Amino acid sequence: MTMVRLSELAMGQQGIIEDMDAEEPFRQRLQALGFRVGKEVRPIRQALFGGPLQVRVGSVNVMLRRNDAALIHVWAEC
Amino acid sequence: MLKRIALLGMPNTGKSTFFNRLTGASARIGNWPGVTVDLLSAKILLGAEMVEVVDLPGLYDLHGFAEDEQVVRRFLQNNPVDLLCLILNATQIDQQLPLTLQLCRLGLPAVAVLNMADEAERLGIRFDTEALAAGLGCPVCHVSAKYGQGFPETRDTLRRVLSQSPSTDLQALRADFAADDALIAEAEKLLARSVTIPPVLEYGLTERLDRIVLHPLFGIPLFLLALFLLFQAVYTLGGPLQDGMTWLLTEFRDLALAPLQAILPGWLYGLLVEGLYDGLGTVASFVPIIVLFFLGMALVEDSGYLSRIAFLMDALMAKLGLDGRGFVMLLMGFGCNVPALMGTRVMRSRGLRLLTMLIIPFSLCSARLQVFVFLTTALFSPAQAPVVLFALYVLSFLTAFATALLFKNRIGAAAEPLLIELPPYRLPTLGQVALRAWREVYHFLSRASRFIIAGVVMIWLLTHLPPSAAVGGPDTLAGLFGGWLEPLLRPIGIDQRMAVVLLFGFVAKEIVLGAMAVVYGLEGDALAQLMTQQMDWVQAFSFMLFTLLYTPCLSTVATLRGESRSLAFTGFSIAWSLALAWLVSLVFYQGARLLGF
Ligand SMILES: Nc1nc2c(ncn2[C@@H]2O[C@H](COP(=O)(O)OP(=O)(O)O)[C@@H](O)[C@H]2O)c(=O)[nH]1
Repeated sequence: MTMVRLSELAMGQQGIIEDMDAEEPFRQRLQALGFRVGKEVRPIRQALFGGPLQVRVGSVNVMLRRNDAALIHVWAEC
Repeated sequence: MLKRIALLGMPNTGKSTFFNRLTGASARIGNWPGVTVDLLSAKILLGAEMVEVVDLPGLYDLHGFAEDEQVVRRFLQNNPVDLLCLILNATQIDQQLPLTLQLCRLGLPAVAVLNMADEAERLGIRFDTEALAAGLGCPVCHVSAKYGQGFPETRDTLRRVLSQSPSTDLQALRADFAADDALIAEAEKLLARSVTIPPVLEYGLTERLDRIVLHPLFGIPLFLLALFLLFQAVYTLGGPLQDGMTWLLTEFRDLALAPLQAILPGWLYGLLVEGLYDGLGTVASFVPIIVLFFLGMALVEDSGYLSRIAFLMDALMAKLGLDGRGFVMLLMGFGCNVPALMGTRVMRSRGLRLLTMLIIPFSLCSARLQVFVFLTTALFSPAQAPVVLFALYVLSFLTAFATALLFKNRIGAAAEPLLIELPPYRLPTLGQVALRAWREVYHFLSRASRFIIAGVVMIWLLTHLPPSAAVGGPDTLAGLFGGWLEPLLRPIGIDQRMAVVLLFGFVAKEIVLGAMAVVYGLEGDALAQLMTQQMDWVQAFSFMLFTLLYTPCLSTVATLRGESRSLAFTGFSIAWSLALAWLVSLVFYQGARLLGF
């Protein structure tokens, strides 16, 4: 397993959250929606023109922008 | 004292649905100490006792920094609450348990309501209710707010816990808002102990729909198509209904009101029938279309599609200095600009919020819609009319986008992190849609009647005073005002009479049609007939452009002022919309004339 940013995972590739660089209010929001160390995340698709990612974490689907996703470090599964 | 139950939960857990079912339709909006926003509350009979139920905004975290979350905290700190009713989405309990524990630890009596029992069952999620209740330290109920299962038991539990609840100590509660990271670990443990979730949740339908709806290439065209079909449907279905309504109103006038002419003094008959009745009647004939329109909006809003639209449009909006939520708020503005403006509260960056508030007034609201439906029906063929209407919607978007592009650097809209849940698609029940639509229509009607009655009477007076002048002529007060405005409006093809109409449209667009009826002394079909003689399609379209772009109404101005807390910004917004309206109409009108139309 290698450590990458969530924004670098391929669509459909699973990762396990290792660390989050996010600043406080955003970090809290991430946690509230289920982003926590050790949780599995999986990008599902990306919108056109470099738009946001759809990411599944636990039973929840969220959208977040690529640059925000880059704040989340994950262990990529092969 | 009246005991108080507060409903709490994350957004999209079905809290409003639960509230509606628990309280019936008796809810009213009220002010509360410590919070600046209005909250919905209702008094209901629980057992033998009247209790008050308050619906608090959805929150993700009690210690979050979003405005909604602070509202909840300030509410709890300032208003004694006897029971917390915690609404959870049972299908996402893994995500929601930490917040629930947080809330349970506030030391207030609580009941946890696991909503969406129907979906949880379908997904094969099983609960050990006793373990869950023991871990949370409060009773647990299972309900389906949408379909009504589990309500008698829930009421019973609420009543039981309430009857045992001691009075609350606000002091202790305030002290209780302390750090609580350890709870999260506890939530994980409790989850492992008491809930079995199958490894892969089968949101099959949502997945398959998303594959189409969020398709990289087809997503946006599909959205535009859906929008067009929605308006086409409203228009096609609404047209005949509107004709029926007009016929009814005219019949009533001829049969019941016309005889009054012999009894009442001339001026009173004029004011009551030609002023009030014609003015109100012209607006009333649009009620069917407005109802249909809000039914459509309610359907879209409740289905979960809006957050998908935010997803699709975010990249484009980012180029304009906005984000996907801004686009969704433009869509919400189709109903009424006021709630859309208030919706910008979720944005934390002030620049981003101001920029979004600057473009929302260009969103073609339902009040403007009726003016356009009336004029397009009068001046264009049945085949052209919906296309013209759609063109106005497109223009409304384009001017909003252009405005954002022009001012994004000046206002300095800084991007902020964006995290939006994409909930599974849900088809609302007929009852839900009807309730939503009814609330909107009620709001529309109460607003319309308030403004219209005053506006119509004012206009009738202006067009009839002084008594010596010919009715509606250049010597009346209205003629005077129109005369002043004429030099400004002639270059865009708007004559003296229509100028007066626009003057009143500044107060609210609901008045525009009523004002036209009074100014021309006609209503319904006769008015439409006359319009075709008074102006050609170029003038009519120029008038519609101006109506679309200049300040929507005084309520919007007041909301802009209240939400931005800046007089300068509000003034700027009004000035910009007036200037843009005039320029766009000028370019269109003179351009069309140059081309020989
Ligand atoms: N299947 C199902 N859907 C529900 C239930 N309760 C609410 N919903 C749906 O969940 C969505 C969100 O509900 P709403 O009351 O607006 O949530 P709120 O944001 O928490 O107020 C709506 O589409 C509801 O129709 C339920 O018990 N079962």
